[in-house]
Amino acid sequence: MALLEARHIVKRFGGLTALNALDFSLERGQIAGLIGPNGAGKTTFFNMVTGLYRPTSGRLILDGRNITGLRPNRVTRLGIGRTFQTIRLFDNMSVLDNVLVGMNCRLRASWFGAIVRPPWVVQEEHRARQRAQELLEYVGLLERAAELAKHLPYGEQRLLEIARALATEPKLLLLDEPSAGMNPRETEELTAFIARLRQEFGLTILLIEHHMEVVMGISDRVTVLDYGAKIAEGTPQEIQRHPQVIEAYLGKGGAADLASATDDS
Amino acid sequence: MPPSWRALSPRRRQFFVWGLGVTAFLLFPVVDELLNLQWLNAVTDAAVFVILALGLNIVVGYAGLLDLGYAAFFAIGAYTTGILTWPPHGIELNFWWAMWLSVPVAALFGVIIGAPTLRVRGDYLAIITLAFGEIVPIACRNLWHIDLRLGPWTLVENFNLTNGPQGINPVGRPQFLGYEFGFDPLPWYFLVLAVGALVIFTKSRLAQSRLGRAWMAVREDEVAADCMGVDPIKTKLLAFALGASFSGLAGAVYAAKLQAIFPELFRFQVSIMLLCIVILGGMGNLKGVILGGMCIMFFDRVILAQSTQLVRGLGALLGSEMLMRADLSLWRWFFFGVTLIVVMVLRPEGLLPSAQRAAELHAGEEEG
Repeated sequence: MALLEARHIVKRFGGLTALNALDFSLERGQIAGLIGPNGAGKTTFFNMVTGLYRPTSGRLILDGRNITGLRPNRVTRLGIGRTFQTIRLFDNMSVLDNVLVGMNCRLRASWFGAIVRPPWVVQEEHRARQRAQELLEYVGLLERAAELAKHLPYGEQRLLEIARALATEPKLLLLDEPSAGMNPRETEELTAFIARLRQEFGLTILLIEHHMEVVMGISDRVTVLDYGAKIAEGTPQEIQRHPQVIEAYLGKGGAADLASATDDS
Repeated sequence: MPPSWRALSPRRRQFFVWGLGVTAFLLFPVVDELLNLQWLNAVTDAAVFVILALGLNIVVGYAGLLDLGYAAFFAIGAYTTGILTWPPHGIELNFWWAMWLSVPVAALFGVIIGAPTLRVRGDYLAIITLAFGEIVPIACRNLWHIDLRLGPWTLVENFNLTNGPQGINPVGRPQFLGYEFGFDPLPWYFLVLAVGALVIFTKSRLAQSRLGRAWMAVREDEVAADCMGVDPIKTKLLAFALGASFSGLAGAVYAAKLQAIFPELFRFQVSIMLLCIVILGGMGNLKGVILGGMCIMFFDRVILAQSTQLVRGLGALLGSEMLMRADLSLWRWFFFGVTLIVVMVLRPEGLLPSAQRAAELHAGEEEG
């Protein structure tokens, strides 16, 4: 059974159809890439899966459970973590607290427990802090734990967003342009990092990406959107040879660029 | 700061500052008595407002919700205690019971107001809370000829709940170990201190918990918090309810201390004054709010009164009619306004800011 299944998703904003009858499914343990020109509906799809938008019609199923129209925090609780295209950290909170907020939905202390602090709450808090530090160590930000999130350089903010999303204990991780604004070396490191994430956390990953090296390098499957519709789906090799994709996404003559990019990696 | 101070661990420094504060508050009545200052009553009232400001700080400083009608919950706490202990109602509940009942009642009103309104953000929330702050005192003024009719049946006729503009007088007084609280401010002072200590304890525990982090996350970025599994509506409702419950407690004590409560005690200006305290002291910082509250209230209740005497004395000396009739306490809003402007220009993070907010406002200077 697929971990995530989208059936016939339609999303209209007024007269604009952002997504048109999209069918999509993602197997457990896969890394899937979502590509397409600007305005193709990729981020709209993400926002729908995470509950920020409600589909005009269609159904979303996570792990056999209907999640269509659930509020974002409910969806997160059910196991979808995400990062944002433009970084949305809690700027004036410490790096550690950012990760702890991600853990919030896995902690059980109520307001009453927070005031009275029975032993189990103290233990829970202690374990949460330990776990948050482990996650920070994993992404290499442990020394920065006490700093405010906004004082981190850009690349590290991206890593912190991933650590925060991991803290929600997701089954499925959605990464919205994780390599945006990174230089080639950082991009390369990130690609390796995402591959490791899947193995070490047993994750299923869906990513939107513009850097072809990243998408083609780590995806098991690639889905191409254009004008809100799926125009192609398949392995990276198949996608690179798909004539419609080359035309829609890269323009004529783009095929050579794409081929050379993947040869490098 | 002397270097030895810097050498102390943050925990010890914290301990030292709190120890100093507690000692000062405990010794204050002695100093007051020795120097014959007679400030104890004013300081007790001031401490009530500090407690209120601490509650408001949860809503404004932590959760980032601009509440312009916070005095409404103060009124609800005071009136709950008043109604439950006022002899004509025939309930005449023991003050201590009434005080604790005021807390959930105020919290309940926090939820009632919060549930429909917390979906709106920023300016809109401010306007709705402003309206609520106006409605409650007006309701208190009018709920004294209540008739309830359902078709041909009269359920309630001419029921007097709040005693309208005359207000509720007397309010039940507390007794402690056989001692009845009267007009001597000393026992009230210690009662308010005890309530204040409870509020500070509760608040600091909340701030360093899962809930405190959720409040700050919602303040920083509501959408991101939602996507990280924080339920923003529930989180904001809890901020409203817990903030309201603090002010319910303060209202109960204030009502018993004053012995008479009127709708006019809870006007819009009270909400604004509390907001001034939070901003002046430093948003989101516990010690800052306490300091800000003591400064503003001390200025209002002690300095303005004393300097009025001074100006009048000066007027008598100079033979100036205008100075002799001056009443500086009428100028209090002018002074608050000027102070607020000066603070905003010179030190926008408040007197004792939270470390985070200071960093935010002076980020450019550090780097430059």
